[in-house]
Amino acid sequence: MHDPHVILKVISKFLVPFIALFAFYVQFHGDFGPGGGFQAGVILAAAVILYALIFGLDAAKKAFPPSWVRVGMSLGVLLYGGTGVLTWILGGDFLSYGVLAHDPAHGQHYGIIAVELGILCSVTNVMIAIFYAFGSRQPEVDEDNW
Amino acid sequence: MSFMPLFPQWIFEQGPAFLIVLPLLMGAIIAILPNRSMAWWFTFFVTLICTYTAFGLFQHIYFDSFLLYTMGGWAPPHGISLIVDGLSAPILLLISVMAMLTVIYALPASISEIEPKKRGPFYAAFLICFAGLMGMVITGDAFNVFVFLEVSSISTYALVAMGAARDRRSLAAAYNYLIMGSIGATFFVIGLGFLFMETGTLNMAEMSAILSDLDGGTRVSKVGYGFIVVGLGLKIAMFPLHTWLPRAYAYAPTKITIFLASTATKAAIYLLLRFTFTVFDPSFDYISIMLKYLIVGAAVVGMVFASFQAIFQSDVRRVLAYSSVAQVGYILLGIGIATSSGLAAGYLHLLNHAIIKGCLFISVGAFWYRFGITRVDDFSGLFKTMPLTMGAFTLGGLSLIGVPFTAGFVSKVKLILAAAEQEMWWAVLVIVFSSVLAIVYIGRIIMAAYFGSPPKINGSTFTKNEAPFMMLFPMWALGLMSIAIGLNAFGIGDTFVSASEIAASVLLGGRG
Repeated sequence: MHDPHVILKVISKFLVPFIALFAFYVQFHGDFGPGGGFQAGVILAAAVILYALIFGLDAAKKAFPPSWVRVGMSLGVLLYGGTGVLTWILGGDFLSYGVLAHDPAHGQHYGIIAVELGILCSVTNVMIAIFYAFGSRQPEVDEDNW
Repeated sequence: MSFMPLFPQWIFEQGPAFLIVLPLLMGAIIAILPNRSMAWWFTFFVTLICTYTAFGLFQHIYFDSFLLYTMGGWAPPHGISLIVDGLSAPILLLISVMAMLTVIYALPASISEIEPKKRGPFYAAFLICFAGLMGMVITGDAFNVFVFLEVSSISTYALVAMGAARDRRSLAAAYNYLIMGSIGATFFVIGLGFLFMETGTLNMAEMSAILSDLDGGTRVSKVGYGFIVVGLGLKIAMFPLHTWLPRAYAYAPTKITIFLASTATKAAIYLLLRFTFTVFDPSFDYISIMLKYLIVGAAVVGMVFASFQAIFQSDVRRVLAYSSVAQVGYILLGIGIATSSGLAAGYLHLLNHAIIKGCLFISVGAFWYRFGITRVDDFSGLFKTMPLTMGAFTLGGLSLIGVPFTAGFVSKVKLILAAAEQEMWWAVLVIVFSSVLAIVYIGRIIMAAYFGSPPKINGSTFTKNEAPFMMLFPMWALGLMSIAIGLNAFGIGDTFVSASEIAASVLLGGRG
């Protein structure tokens, strides 16, 4: 069989890992410049969405099962909130990262990294979930039955 | 009497953040919980703990001082602050108590209303909505208000749409609410944008100080205030902006109707109070004009018009929904009068109305649970088939009308006195007239229930089919509460009145 989309498939296969890598660059660059969890999350989700657009929704769902996506959405929130709970346990105010390390400046650093990871996790999964939700919608009434 | 020793010191130090964080994180946990029957227990304990915490903070306000919590230890003008004072503490307690009672009611109600596989997400969305409402009330940062407003609204849209398992019209209602609610939130955030442009800060206390230095500011802050009032007006269901409310209340799952009717609009009214009296100041001429003409005007027209609409509804839930719009009118009238007695009356009616409407909607929900229909005609003979449910409904109904020795009477009399003080005799007339209309729409239901005969099934008369205990408990708790306020039993009535007076003094007197 001759596949009409062979160029698209080859190019996007090549692009997907780079998009994901760029997402992590944006994520960890958030400390010194523009970037952070939200932008990185959207870029990372874009990699999955590109994959789904080219190879079909079923292939994407095999790679990123919807059940993982659902857990991932909550996990991000819990990672963010958990950082706050940890600062409570260590005796500080909610989300006062200073108590996370001996040196408050280091504590701030660790705290913000954990929180940004939480955002990355939630945003990525929410974007994928929205795409899955719209993509897998079946029409309730058949075209012929209108 | 003080219950302060019952609470650990930690509650007073970290309680404000705890009230938001606990339901938010538990919501996330419940969403991924594999065992669905645990979801109810988790939700129940979360609301129970929040009620305990909110009660502790409430006590702290009364016997100690107001609380200022700094998120992450960053001081106010730059960091986000949470404020618990005489104005927010009673509403926090109200929201958490209503959430707890709703969850108790929800255990039997979910069995018939929510599909088993959606119960986990349902409770998760409920807790997130709860967290959003608490956040709206507690935060001292104007942009944070918007974030929490959206958190609570978006989860509300999903919750309203979950009524689709029972009635497909809930999808259209939820979509309508989504559009209207989003417009409201957008207007609100545009208003905040203008305020930020004028003052350069998002902290409410700082904003207020800068605005009073500028003596009300330029046209930018006037426009900002206009946008904020319209945006919040949509959320409050202020009269011409109320069109989303009846459908959303009528087709949502019954427990969501209960929760929304007694908390969501109340939290939005709280925000209107906060912005009008704390961030802005009623002494600015544009604020006083807005209060005198727009708020009072919308309130008065809404009271009469919505009451008339309530009379002509055939579905009991729509009757109560229109009645909610009318009752919001009473509260706004109190706010619009803007004297300390007017504000206290409006605030008291806000608390009382939440209790009354909660009781009424739980009774209707229990009736729906047993019979699956809620038209006024269906109430025929209900005193014989569900005497306890109908008893609670009658208590709530009398209180809504404002019969003496009920909560509604206490707040309506205070409102009339406040209006009379300002020599607004026409307002007194409207309050009384609207109460007469309430007699008609509540009376119609009670008459059908009392004088009608029970339905016949297969030739034999239906005898008795009382609601389960888990529904009777919250409805009687609220019904008796409204009587306790009216009779001032155990000093409950005085507590409510003094809470409203303290709130009014916070609004008018001390800034901060």
